[in-house]
Amino acid sequence: MATHQITVTVNGAAHAATVDSRLLLVHLIRDDLALTGTHIGCDTTHCGACTVLMDGVPVKSCTVLAVQADGAELGTVEGLAGADGMTPLQEGFQEEHGLQCGFCTPGMLMTGTALLESNPNPSEAEIREAISGNLCRCTGYVNIVKAVEYAAGKMGEGD
Amino acid sequence: MAPKTSAKICGMGHSMKRKEDPRFLQGKGNYIDDFTLPGMLWLDIVRSPIAYGKIKNIDSSKALEIPGVLAVLTGKDLEAYNLHWMPTLMSDTQMVLPTDTVMYQAQEVAGVIATSRYAAADGVAAVEVEYEPMKPVMDPFKALEDDAPVLRTDKEGKTDNHIWHWEAGDKEATDKIFDEADVVVREKMHVPRIHVASIETCGCLADFNPVEGHLTVYMTTQAPHAIRTVLALVAGHVGLSEEKIRVVSPDIGGGFGGKVPVYPGYVIAIAASVVLGTPVKWIEDRMENLQADSFARDYHMDAEIAANADGRIRALRIKTIADHGYSDAQAAPSKWPAGLFSICTGSYDLEQAYAEVDAVYTNKPPGGVAYRCSFRVTEAVHCMERVVDTLAHKIGKDPAQLREENFIPKEAFPYHSPLGWEYDSGDYQAAMDKAKEMIGYDDLRREQAEKRARGELMGIGVCSFTEVLGAGPSKDFDILGIKMFDSAEVRVHPTGKAIARFGTKSQGQGHETTYAQIIAEELGLPAAHVQVEEGDTDTAPYGLGTYASRSTPTAGAAGAMAARAIRDKAAKIAAHLLEVSEEDLDWEPGTFSVKGAPDKSVSIQDCAFAAYTNLPPGMEPGMEATNYYDPPNLTFPFGTYICVVDIDRGTGEVSVRRFVAVDDCGNIINPMIVQGQIHGGLTQGIGPALYEEMTYDEDGNNQAGSFMDYLVPTAVETPAWETGHTVTPSPHHPLGAKGVGESATVGAPPAIANAVVDALAHLGVTHVEIPIRPDRVWEILREKGVAE
Repeated sequence: MATHQITVTVNGAAHAATVDSRLLLVHLIRDDLALTGTHIGCDTTHCGACTVLMDGVPVKSCTVLAVQADGAELGTVEGLAGADGMTPLQEGFQEEHGLQCGFCTPGMLMTGTALLESNPNPSEAEIREAISGNLCRCTGYVNIVKAVEYAAGKMGEGD
Repeated sequence: MAPKTSAKICGMGHSMKRKEDPRFLQGKGNYIDDFTLPGMLWLDIVRSPIAYGKIKNIDSSKALEIPGVLAVLTGKDLEAYNLHWMPTLMSDTQMVLPTDTVMYQAQEVAGVIATSRYAAADGVAAVEVEYEPMKPVMDPFKALEDDAPVLRTDKEGKTDNHIWHWEAGDKEATDKIFDEADVVVREKMHVPRIHVASIETCGCLADFNPVEGHLTVYMTTQAPHAIRTVLALVAGHVGLSEEKIRVVSPDIGGGFGGKVPVYPGYVIAIAASVVLGTPVKWIEDRMENLQADSFARDYHMDAEIAANADGRIRALRIKTIADHGYSDAQAAPSKWPAGLFSICTGSYDLEQAYAEVDAVYTNKPPGGVAYRCSFRVTEAVHCMERVVDTLAHKIGKDPAQLREENFIPKEAFPYHSPLGWEYDSGDYQAAMDKAKEMIGYDDLRREQAEKRARGELMGIGVCSFTEVLGAGPSKDFDILGIKMFDSAEVRVHPTGKAIARFGTKSQGQGHETTYAQIIAEELGLPAAHVQVEEGDTDTAPYGLGTYASRSTPTAGAAGAMAARAIRDKAAKIAAHLLEVSEEDLDWEPGTFSVKGAPDKSVSIQDCAFAAYTNLPPGMEPGMEATNYYDPPNLTFPFGTYICVVDIDRGTGEVSVRRFVAVDDCGNIINPMIVQGQIHGGLTQGIGPALYEEMTYDEDGNNQAGSFMDYLVPTAVETPAWETGHTVTPSPHHPLGAKGVGESATVGAPPAIANAVVDALAHLGVTHVEIPIRPDRVWEILREKGVAE
C-alpha cells in the first residue's frame, strides 16, 4: 500500500507522519497522535462525535483521509482550554449541564466553536441547525443550546 | 423544598455542577477505545450476511496471508475449549461463534486477530465463508404456527418456537367483569424493536497474564461485578477463577441498558487473549452495533379495558406476543421473564386485571434489553395509556378528565394493585393539575376546536404514567441467583476528606456528583471533598450495577446508610472530645454541638481526625463503613405528560409544538441533573414515537443498520422540553428518593401517540402504530380524504 509523508499542525504543534493512503484522519489523531478526546461514534458521518476543525471548518474526521489533511491546521478538543482555563463554550456546557456521558461533547464543542466564530450571536434555531449533524443521546439538546447561548453571551460581554 | 445543607456542603437539593465535567470537556475522559496496552492486538469480526442457514465451510487461508493477520478463530476453535456457547442472563443459551448454523443476519461467524485495526478489517474481508441459506422465520405470529420450522434445534426435545408463557392476575374474575361491563374497548398495538444507539458502541480490551493466570477486562459494562462472576462461572473450566479476574468499566459513552448483556465479541476477545497470552482489543463499529446487539421492546399487545358507561374503568386484559429473536437474551430479573410488565394497570384503581405474555423465537438478533426502562415498563405503560385514550374517545370524555376520574386517590397509598404491587406513594392529581396549568390545557382545547372547524389537524396528548423502579428486594429479585441489592463503602480520611465506592456504574447519570451529595447530606462533609469511584471490581464493593433506574433506590440508599453509620461513630467521638454524653449533643449537618451551649462544638472533620489520633477508650480506630442495601420495596415514580402536535395535511409530518413533562421522583438529590435526565429521556421517547424502528425484510435483512436509516432525533426535530415537578417522597427509601432516569422514556411515546390520535379522532381514527412516520399518517389522511 502506498504511503505518504504528511505534515499537520494540531492545536498549534506541527507533526510529521508517514501514513497509508487509506488512513482516516480520526485514526491519525487518536492512534498516532494519541489525542483521544476526539471520538468515533458511527461509520457514516452522521453522529459527529469525531468532529474536528480543519483550517477552521468543522469536519467529520471519520470521513476525511489523513492525506487530505496534509498541510492543514487542525483543532481538537484538547486545544480549546488555554492557560486561562476553559473557553466560554466549555464553561457554558458545565454551567448549563450540556453534557452527560460526555461522548458526543468534544464534537459538539468543535461545532459550537466554529458556529460562534462565524456567528457570534446565533438564534436558537441557528444553534439547533448548526449542531444537527452532531447526535447526542443523553441531553435532549435543550441544555446544549443553552450552553452555546451562554458562551455567546459571555463572549459578547466585552463588546 | 429548600436544601437542608449550605451551598458549601452542597447536600441534597443543590444543583451542584458536575465533578465529571472538566475531564469530559477537555478531552480527558477514558472511554474503552482510549485504552492501549503494550503488545495489544486487534479483534475484528466476520459476520453473517444471511439470516438463517448452514455454514458449509470457513476458509481462512487468504486472510492468514495478509500481513499483520495472526489468527482466525472459529466456532470449532472455541469448541475445543467448550467456549462456543454461553448462557444468557435469562438462562437461555447463545452461540459465541457457530459451528454449523447461523441464526440471524450480522451474527458473529469468526474472529480475526491482527496487529492493527486495519489489518484485522482486511482479514475479515478475506475470510471466505460458504453458506447454505434457509428460509428465515421473521414474524413471531408465524413462528407460533404449527407448521413453522423449529429454529432452536440445538435445544433437545424442542418442538416449537415458544420460549415461555407468563401471566399475572385473576383470569376468571377479570373475564367475568368483561362479560358484564357496559363498555369494552380493544386496541392491538406493537411497540416495535428499537435500539439503544448510545453514541459510544460496545467494546473491550482483554488482558490475560499467562504467568499469573490473571485476567483484566476493560469493558463497556453497566454491571462489572456481575460480569466478573459470570466470567468465573462460564470459564472456570479453563482456569479463570474469580479472584483472578478484574473487570474495569471505564467512562461509558451512554449505556441505556445496551451495555448490560454479554455479547459474543467480548467473549471472543477474552478467549483470544487467554489463548494468545497477549492483550486483545475489540471495538464494535456502528453498523455492527445496530445490526447485532442492544435490541429492546418488540412486544405485540392486544389490550382491552372494561368500563362502566360513565368511564369508570373496572378491568384490564392484555395478551402479548414477545419477539425475542434467536435467543432470550434479555436482561431481566430471573423470576420475571416478562420483566415488570404487570405495572400495566398504571395510575388507575382497577378491580381486576389479567396480563399474559408468550415469548417467541425468530431469526432476529437476540433481544430484550431493558432500554432505559425498568424491564418492560415502557411496553406496559404504552399499552395502558393508549387504550385509556381509546375509551375516552369512545365514550366522548376528555382524556385528562377520564384519567382523573380513575386515578388511585392519594389517600389510598400504600396501594395494592390487582397484579400484586404495593405502590409506595403517589399524588397523581397533583401532577395532572400542574401539567394542565403549565401547558394551558383548557385554552388548547378551545384552540383545537377552532382549528378543527377550519380543517386544521392539531392534537393534544395526555399520559399519566406510574413506573416501578429500584429492583430490588432480595426475596423477589435476582440475576442468575445473585440478589439485587447494591452497595456503598465510605471511608473518611484523617483530614476530613472522603472516598466513597459503589457497586453501580454511571454512564452519564453523574454519580460522581450525586453520590457525593448524598454523603454530604448525611455527614455534612462538603460534596467537593468526597471522591466517588465505581466500576473497578478490585476496589468497589459488590453490586449489580446501573440500569432500570436502580442506582438511587439501591446504591444511593446504601451510601446514605453507610454515611449514617459513620455519623453514629462520629457522635461518640464528638461526645468524647466535648466531654459530654452522646445524648447531650445536637447535630447540624457537619457539626456536633452541646445542647444549650452551641458555641461548644466540634466539626465532622474534627471527629475524623480524632478517629485516627484521639479515640475514646476501647473504640476501634478509623472512620469507615460499608452497607449492602436490600430495599424493602420498589419505588413508584409517576408523572403526567401533555403535548401538542400539529399535523401537516400535505406531508403527514407530525411536529411536536409543545411538550410539558411533570415528574414526581420523590425527594430530589440534584435538580439540575434530574432535569437533564428528563430532557434526555423525553428525546429517547420522541425517537421511537416518531422515527426509530429496527425493521427487517422477509429474508431477514436488517433495513435500519446504520444511522442513515435508523433515525435518532437531532436538535432540529427535538422540541424545547418544558419540565416541572411535584414531590411525593418514598416512605421506605432512606432519602425519600425514587429514581428518575427512565420516567421520560416511558411516558413520552404514549403522550405523543395519543396527541396524534387526538388530532385524527374526529375522522374515526382510534390508533396509530409507532413510530408515527409521515408516510403512516399520510396514508390515513388519504384514506380519510383529508390529505392535501
